[in-house]
Parts: sequence; C-alpha cells; structure tokens
Amino acid sequence: MTAVTAAPMIASVDAPLPAWNDAALIAALLAIDPTGLGGVVLDHPSHEAAREWLELVRACLPAGAPMRRVPASVTEDRLFGGVDLAATLTTGRLVVEPGVLAAADGGVVVLPMAERANASVLAGLVEVLDAHAVRVEREGIAARHEARVALVCYDESADDESLPAALTDRLAFRLIGLHVYAVSARTRASLTQAVGAARARHAQVADGGDWLGAVCELASAYGISSLRAPLLAWRAARAHAALHGRDVVTEDDATVASRLVLLPRAVTMPAPPPPPEGEEQEPAPDQPPPDEPPPPPPEAQQEPQEQPDTPPEPPETPPDQDEESDDARPPSDILRDAVAASLPPGMLEQLLARSAAMRGVQGRVGEETMSLLRGRPRGSRQGEPRGGARLHLLETLRTAAPWQRVRGRVDRSQRVALRKDDFRVRRFIERTGTTVIFVVDASGSSALARLSEAKGAIELLLAESYARRDRVSLIAFRGTTAETLLPATRALARAKKVLAALPGGGGTPMATAIDAAVLAGLAAQRAGSSPLVVFLTDGRANIARDGTPGRGKAGEDALASARAFAQSRVSALFVDTSLRPDATTRALAAAMGARYVPLPSANSDALRGLVRTVQQQAAGT
Amino acid sequence: MRHVYPFSAIVGQDEMKLALLLTAVDPSIGGVMVFGDRGTGKSTAVRGLAGLLPPMTVVEGCRYGCAPPAEGAMCGYCQRGHPGHEKIHKGKAPVPVVDLPLGATEDRVVGALDLEKALTTGEKAFEPGLLARANRGFLYVDEVNLLEDHLVDLLLDAAATGENVVEREGVSIRHPARFVLVGSGNPEEGELRPQLLDRFGLAVDVKTPTDLAMRIEVIRRRDAFDRDPAGFVHHWEKAEKAVRRRIVKGREHLAVATVPDAVLERATALCAKLGTDGLRGELTLLRTVRAYAALEGHDEATLDDLRRIAPLCLRHRLRRNVLDEASSTTRVERALDELYAAA
Repeated sequence: MTAVTAAPMIASVDAPLPAWNDAALIAALLAIDPTGLGGVVLDHPSHEAAREWLELVRACLPAGAPMRRVPASVTEDRLFGGVDLAATLTTGRLVVEPGVLAAADGGVVVLPMAERANASVLAGLVEVLDAHAVRVEREGIAARHEARVALVCYDESADDESLPAALTDRLAFRLIGLHVYAVSARTRASLTQAVGAARARHAQVADGGDWLGAVCELASAYGISSLRAPLLAWRAARAHAALHGRDVVTEDDATVASRLVLLPRAVTMPAPPPPPEGEEQEPAPDQPPPDEPPPPPPEAQQEPQEQPDTPPEPPETPPDQDEESDDARPPSDILRDAVAASLPPGMLEQLLARSAAMRGVQGRVGEETMSLLRGRPRGSRQGEPRGGARLHLLETLRTAAPWQRVRGRVDRSQRVALRKDDFRVRRFIERTGTTVIFVVDASGSSALARLSEAKGAIELLLAESYARRDRVSLIAFRGTTAETLLPATRALARAKKVLAALPGGGGTPMATAIDAAVLAGLAAQRAGSSPLVVFLTDGRANIARDGTPGRGKAGEDALASARAFAQSRVSALFVDTSLRPDATTRALAAAMGARYVPLPSANSDALRGLVRTVQQQAAGT
Repeated sequence: MRHVYPFSAIVGQDEMKLALLLTAVDPSIGGVMVFGDRGTGKSTAVRGLAGLLPPMTVVEGCRYGCAPPAEGAMCGYCQRGHPGHEKIHKGKAPVPVVDLPLGATEDRVVGALDLEKALTTGEKAFEPGLLARANRGFLYVDEVNLLEDHLVDLLLDAAATGENVVEREGVSIRHPARFVLVGSGNPEEGELRPQLLDRFGLAVDVKTPTDLAMRIEVIRRRDAFDRDPAGFVHHWEKAEKAVRRRIVKGREHLAVATVPDAVLERATALCAKLGTDGLRGELTLLRTVRAYAALEGHDEATLDDLRRIAPLCLRHRLRRNVLDEASSTTRVERALDELYAAA
C-alpha cells in the first residue's frame, strides 16, 4: 500500500476510521450511478465534514454537473417549478420557470435539514426520484422537466422528528456521524480519476452473477422487507465493480454494497452462522472467478487508512485461497460473514439500536401532513399584499384580465394593465383540530382495580376520535414519573397497541402527571390544535413532585399543580376512576378547572354517555 | 420515447393485478385502493396498465375525450354539435392514466379560467384540469392518505357523479369525468378517512414477496428494465398482447355474462353476515363477480367466482371494530368459510 498522508482524518470517537473510507467510497459510487442509487442520507454530520464530503462528490461528478443546495424552507414553486412572476407580468402570458430540481438535472441536489422540510416537498421529492423528472400540475401550469438527480439529505432530526421512510427507502446510502476534517488533494485526484474511468465502464458490468441472490437473501436475513433495498444494493455492487475495473460483480463488490446499503437498514441480525457442512443447500453456484486480483489504480479509498485494524474494505486477499472453502457454502453465507467481519466491533449493536428507534417514530408522516399548518386554501380576497398577506398572483391577473381591452391594452407588447383594486391576497382557513390527551393513572392504588375499565373507555374514545379525525396522545403515570407513551397521532392502530401494553402498579405521582399534562396541552396549542386533557385517575396522590412518598405533601403538590393547570387554560375533563368518589378528588378537579365525571361502572351505555360528554367538550374547545 | 415497465412483467402481486384487470373490464366497479408496503410495485402496476389497455374511440377535437354519440355522456362541446365541424370525426386515443401529484392545487384538478386567453384576447375560456384528462381512464393517486382533505372531497364528488362541475371565476361548466380512481397508500403513515375508503370499489393488500426466488426475480427484472428499457419491453411484448386480448375479450363478454340468483343470494348473505353498511357492498360484489366471469370467459358467474373476489370487494367496508384484533381480510375469510361450509 502506498504511503499514507498524515492529514488528520478523524474528528470524533463515534466515527472510527472506516467511516471516512466508506464516505469516500459512497461519494465515488454515487458519482458513478447517481440516478440509480438515488442518494445519501447524511445522518447528523458535522457541517465542515459534510462540506468537505460534498466537495469530493462534486469532484467525482462529471465536469459541469450541477450541484444545487436547497434550503429546507424552499417553496414548492422554486423547487419543482412555478410561475415566473416578473416575466408573466411583463408579457401578459403565463411564463413557467423550471425549478431547482429541473436545473439540477444530471447532478446532485443537497437538502440540509431535510427533516424540517414541508411534507409535501418531501413527497414531491419522492416522486422525482421515481420518475427522474419533475411534473408540475398547479395554478394553471402543466409541465414536465427531466430531473435525473441524486439527493443528499441531511438528517438532523431530534427524537420526535425523522425523515419520511418513503424518502429514505429510495436513497441507497446512509452515512452516520460524518466527522472528518480533510481529504488530501492526492486522494481526491486519484479517486476522481478512478470514478471517471468507472463511469464509462459501468454500463458494461454484466447483470448476471450469483451474488444477486446472495444480496437478496441477506436483505431478508436482515429483516428488510422493502425490495428497494436489495435493488439499490445490487446497483451499488455494480458501481463498485466498475470502480474496480471489473465486468462482473464479485464477492468483494457484493460485500461492500451490502455493508453500505443493507446494514444501515437492518432490523434484525441473522443468527450466527450455523455449521456450514451437512445441510442440504443449493449447490454453490459457480462463483464468477475474479480472474485477476483487483487492479490497483482505484486505491484511493484505501489510502486514508491509518489504523491497521479492520480495514473498511475486505482486504485484497488473493481470491484463489478462499475459493476452495467457499465453494462448499452458499454465497449468502459467505456474504453475511464477510459483511459482519468488515465491521468494527460494536457497530452492529449501534446500528440495530438505531433502526429500532427509527421504527418507533414511523407513522409520523401522515400525521404531519394532515396537520399542515398552512391550512386549507380558501381562495382569495381583495386586498394589498402587505403585513404578511401573500399576493395571489393568478387571481390578481384573472381579475385584471377581462378589463384589459377597456383599459386600452391592445396588443401583447404592452404591459398588463393592473390597478390597485385588482390585487388579490391569499386566504387560508387554518384547521384547528382537537388533540385529546389522555392522562391515565396506572398506579397500584384503587385505580388499578379499574384500569381495564379505563382502558375500555379510552378505546371507545379512540374509535370516536378516529372518526372525527382528532389526534390522540397518551400519558401514563405511576411510581414517580409520568411518561408520554404516545405523542399526538392519528394512527389508531398504534394507540391501541400502546394501550394494550400499558402496565400498572406503583404510587400515584399526581402532581407530576398534572405538570406533564400542562406541557402536552401547551405543546398541542403551539402546534395549532386545541387540546383537551382527559384525566383518568382516582386522584389519590401519594407521591410528591420530588418523588418522595407521603400523602400530605403529595396532596399539596397536586393542588399546586392543579392551580397551575387552571392558569394554562387548557380545557380538561376529570374522570374519577375510584370506586367511591370522594370530595378531595372533586376538589382537585375543581382546582384544575376541569369538568368532573365519575367513571361509570363497566356498562357500555354509560361509557358511551361519557364519550358523548368528552365529544361535547371537545367540540366546545 | 419513455418506456413503461410492462404490466405482465410484474412478479407476483396477483391480487392487485386481478383488481386492476377487473376495473379495466368493467370501470363501473369503482376504483381500487391498494394498501401496502413500500417497494411492492404499486405504482408500477398502475402505470403498466397504461401501455396495456387498447386505445379508445374518441370524438376528434374534444378536450374531454368524449366517446362518439350513443356511447355515453358528452361534454358541452360535443352536445352543441361541434361548432366549425360538420361531422364528427372519430379518432383513437390511448386510455389516459393520469397521475395526481401530491402538491396539485385545486384549479389544476378541476380546471380553471384559461389565463393566457383571458389576458391576450379577453376571452373567458375554460382550461380543463386533470379530471378532464382522466375522463374514461384512470386517475392514480399515490399516497392518497396524504392528500389534503379538500382535494379528496373533490375527487370523491367527481368519481361518484361521473362529472365535474366547475363554478368559479365566472366560469360555469360541466363536463363528463368518468374515471377509475386508483389510490395507493401505506396505512402506517396515516389512515384514510372511512368515508373515502368506502367509495373505492375494490381494495387490495399488497405485501412484499417473502419467497427468496421471487424477490430475486423482481430485482433481476427491474434491473434488466433499467439497463435496457427498449429491449425489455420488446421481450415482454407477447405477454402484454395476451393480457390485452384477455381484457378485450372480457369486455365483449361482459354484456352476456349473467349472475344467477344463487350467487346473488350468497352475496347478500355475506354482506349481512359481515354487517357492511348500505348496499354498496352488494352492488360491488355483483359487478365484480360478473366482470370476473367475463374475464375468465364464463357465461355465468359461479359461487366459486364469488368466493374468489369477495375479499377484494369487502375487506375495506367492514365497520372498524376497536376490540377485534383480526385483520379485515381474516374477518372476510372467516365469514366466507362459515357461509360456504353451511351451504
């Protein structure tokens, strides 16, 4: 191996060396087949590193290929194309301006803070990735522009946000924690050169090969259900083969591609390899014998290796050695082991923890979209585009259009005759839906006796809320804490699942629960919907706010919290779940400013009455 | 020329393909709602249908793709007798498959004042929207559950009445808009309003194939298509023709295919057992079983035909039962088992 430049490569401990090599490799692969691979998610990168990496991508792309950076706040008009305002006004005819995506045809579009982007923008990007073109159907325009682009999305989401899976599913790579400082000019030059050669060779890489089956099998073993994953992995393998000057995909290509594309999507890890012999397995397909050792020129991505351990790419073992033993085993086993072996220890667990966390937040897309705060467009009205009101250009022109002749505009060369009272501004109706926040007492007190009844009541309410398109959220409190089990959602199935798994037992931290309810209520208000908090508890506080047991202090704290709750002016309903309702609980509800209802005994008619009460109150919010 | 992935080259997904074929034979069945995982070829199937359907006869010059007289509803242009044209000229046009992009605005969907004409000539002209383009064809909405509610309302109105009524900006117009609404969506990303769901004639659950050989085949074909679209399409031409023939035959057969009383009674019993609301379930069962018989080339629908298509027609019409964990498909199957065992 050639001498390694001493440039510092690593900035942080959570990005061990392979991260950079993978990053360089991904940049190269992406530049070889940008449209086929879709793009990259940069998972919480450092911005300097990301910039450096993007420079590398740009260097690898063919000369002149565009790379456009788009802020997350981009409007759909600019991104997908829209009306060219100035030109439309001067010419008096609709002038369509292609958006950023069309302008980036053949290149890369970079989207920092992608998780913040408007849901309809993200949905539009998904469409573009599928069609390799932008279609615009809006405001009297119908146009189609080629947009063969790859996307680089920064994912800087906190726990409650994430990129929609529909988008990430179409992007081949995910680079986690990119914290690299620099790439030497030499590395870049050699990589660029290799990529240039590979791009020409790429189309010739044969599509046959037995490693396709192995990649598919490995994807299944990792529990990845989407078929896009193995497809993208296969394309990556082909690009990798081209990068190394091969015409067929070899084990090495399949391994690298699987590591880069499949592993970050893994949901489960396959069991450790069973003893390979003895099982009846499909006869090992003839391995495409890599007739020569991989050619040396595209060594660039191996250059920055400084650490001797775990080289990111499987070392260039002379393939002939392995051949013998490999023949006995199906390619998928070889591949699985090769992928596992190429990872630094601990990486698997990290990846798995990630994907589990990612699964937890799925389902947010729809909810987000439905609550688009811009509200339902409600036409326009006469007015001036001032003070935040947005000019509705087309309505304005439409208003002016019939008067053009009267106003003396006789031919096209003249400007459109606009008068002040032609101006129209946009109007929106903001849909303020209701968010019903259930605060459920899961403590071991008498509430436990009626926990199942409370669950039943909630399920009924959930069904009703579903029909009314309300959002629901679930907070449970027991022991010393109140925990948000379900952030506001419309997905009934999820709510049901969470509810079914709700455990019981422990003290009653009433004050903590009320505090949590205030927070949740205010958060819902900020999100533009009207919150309704429904407490289901017996109100017998016995854990104070600081976590110490004792009825006296706990009761005082609860009352204090209740008064704070009243001040937040969040509408509330207090369902007393105790067997014998008493005055203390009633007083607590009163301090909260909540409507007090004792939980009727398990009798569905009475429960329905309760549901109606909640509905009325929700409607009144 | 852009190539479309051939319909017949889709691996597996038989139920989805069947549902689409049935609506191609008899559009009055109503739309198809496709629920499913990502990357299962939902949109590929619908787009593939475009290349497959035989071209339709249209009145030349009509912007709504009207059929020549005596073949159904016509737009104002055709009713007024084609100003400037003595005679109706018949033409051929491909069956439209229109994609509704998620960001589409209301005026693009229903149509709007033609701005250019209005500005340049002062003439108040109507510029047809997507609904006009979709007339007599398919309107495909990907991620229909993410569509803004007011657009969904618009689509529903048009789909239910078969015409599009525009009253805005001084334009007052109505034109036929008969289309098969094909929606797809992933229920994990947001639920569809029950009102909308019920309006779809058929519903399909698509799953990613779990069989390894099948998965490999999917990727192999997709890869082959991406590398050489023209060659791939050519390779599948024969299969495509066979499917097209099947649809044409099915359409011809539809007029003569009958549904005997025994099948109807069973259909009614099934709906009663499942407690579906209204009569839409029965109607869809009737139309679908007839279309299925026609597609298969039978003269008379049988009880087995009914059994085959019942889950398609009913799985989305069950009242949501919060306390029943079983999937709706299971519930339909269960009811079918009981009914057919008793008979």
